[in-house]
Amino acid sequence: MPINRKTSRLLNSPYVAWAVIFIIVPLFMVFYYGFTDDSGSFTFDNVAAIASPEHMHSLLLAVALSVVSTVICFILAYPLGMILARNKASNRSMIITLFILPMWMNFLLRTLAWMTLLENKGVINGVLDFLHLPGINIINTPAAIVIGMVYNFLPFMILPIYNSLSSIDDSVIFAARDLGADSKQTFFKVTLPLTVPGIISGVTMVFIPALTTFAISTMLGGSKILLIGNVIEQEFTLSYDWNLGSGLSIVLMVFIIINIVVSSISDKKGEES
Amino acid sequence: MKKELIKLNHISKAFDGELILDDLNLVIHENEFVTLLGPSGCGKTTTLRIIGGFETPDKGNVVFDGVDITDLAPNKRQLNTVFQKYALFTHMDVAENIAFGLKIRNKPQEFIEDKINYALKLVNLEGYEHRMPNSLSGGQQQRVAIARAIVNEPKVLLLDEPLGALDLKLRQDMQYELIRLKEELGITFIYVTHDQEEALTMSDHIVVMNQGYIQQEGSPEDIYNEPENAFVADFIGDSNIISSTMVKDELVNILGVDFVCVDKGFGEMKPVDVVIRPEDVELVPKGEGTISGVVSHVIFKGVHYEMEVTARGYKWLVHSTKLSEAGSEVDIKVDPFNIQVMNKPESEDEEALNPDAD
Repeated sequence: MPINRKTSRLLNSPYVAWAVIFIIVPLFMVFYYGFTDDSGSFTFDNVAAIASPEHMHSLLLAVALSVVSTVICFILAYPLGMILARNKASNRSMIITLFILPMWMNFLLRTLAWMTLLENKGVINGVLDFLHLPGINIINTPAAIVIGMVYNFLPFMILPIYNSLSSIDDSVIFAARDLGADSKQTFFKVTLPLTVPGIISGVTMVFIPALTTFAISTMLGGSKILLIGNVIEQEFTLSYDWNLGSGLSIVLMVFIIINIVVSSISDKKGEES
Repeated sequence: MKKELIKLNHISKAFDGELILDDLNLVIHENEFVTLLGPSGCGKTTTLRIIGGFETPDKGNVVFDGVDITDLAPNKRQLNTVFQKYALFTHMDVAENIAFGLKIRNKPQEFIEDKINYALKLVNLEGYEHRMPNSLSGGQQQRVAIARAIVNEPKVLLLDEPLGALDLKLRQDMQYELIRLKEELGITFIYVTHDQEEALTMSDHIVVMNQGYIQQEGSPEDIYNEPENAFVADFIGDSNIISSTMVKDELVNILGVDFVCVDKGFGEMKPVDVVIRPEDVELVPKGEGTISGVVSHVIFKGVHYEMEVTARGYKWLVHSTKLSEAGSEVDIKVDPFNIQVMNKPESEDEEALNPDAD
């Protein structure tokens, strides 16, 4: 049955309503609060507040930890993706399920679990103490936050990389070997460049949630380490300064958009050149 | 006799316990166009991959130009492969694809550029240097794959069903181009296909394979005119394969009627298979031939009529430019030298693929 314009508009309407109520209106409100002060008059102060030392410090720390987490995720995910792509189909789905399984549990619960593991009197130190080994003091440090980020976001890196690796036809690898490339050259000249799109989407899907998280840093970083996500959260929940919180959100949003645009441009270039 | 270039000695290969190649021996001479021909699963691609170095044989060895290369990595072999699915590097343009092997060997930039231009000219793709593979048609991609292989000046070019994905017209054009290329390059081509027409058109030497065994080797004429067993006869072209009895030398009893033939040495009253090509079956007016029958079916094929004649319980396939109407009574006549007598299959791999087909 051909769908005429009227019915198609009718079918679209729930999605349009959804988009308006849950995306456009909130976004508009963020922009409204971000560019006004508490009296409602226009100002750049909230956005410019990012330049203040403590805000800048939070942003840079968040960027640093996200970059470190993303790099670790990449280093862990790429070899795993290669192993998966080479494995037999039956083993493959089992390994993938194993890595996705934790995602079926609540995100906060998983992070809470890491808290119990890493605490100074936590499970890991308990085991170390039992073995008469020196304990580790890792909770409430940036390292704990990185562990939490890597653990929570690793599947988002594995899946796109595995997908792009498994879409490379064997004969392409054979062709590289046939043309004289050894296995190292084949990897760097053929396999790696062909998986750039997968790497970029993996990096984006790990880097962005890591950059904006406040739950992981709150639970594993204690109250001492403030990432930009924590700062924004506290502006809303503790200081009730919606204007400042929105202003900083806008900065973060623009930062992420720039990142996506830059990576998608380099992705296109990679495909063309 | 031409120089021996590649020798496969007693090659066996199994995958997951299933024997793909069983004690295969094959000699390939310099500057020949050799085709490995057979149905899917006959082991032809595995043979090619063993020559290319992508598979290691379980038993036996591969000798290349007098040197044992059985365990040599593919990147160290003096041969290049054109793959069925082109296998182009989609992140590189045409020129970069072609330059890949030369860059790996650290050839000077000027040399590489000359080679790219030469190769593109050879495959009729001048001006396509900076196109991306995905923007090319299947035929163009295959030309790039060929160019990419030949710039490395291999002694042997391996081609794994390279025309399989192309449409009929393009495939025929490419066949002639491959013949021309081989003559210009003066190197050995080893070509894998399941298409008997392709094999007959292009090859100097055809190796017919089935179920891991070589069934017959020879020139296209030999293979077509003198098939050694029912499988070869059935696989190469249409044919009438009839179970018969060799009465004595030069006399064979087909469907109860004695025919004079030219084959000898099969013994007396021995069961054999006889193959008669459809174009070798002559239809003559009743009373002038050896066996009488009725035309049961006629199809116009363009170049000729394809007729089915039922005679003595066998449905004869006949190709002729002269039409005999369906239902008409005719006699069948076969010249002695057009009757090819073969031994009965001794194993499953020598049997006709599908006796009722064609």
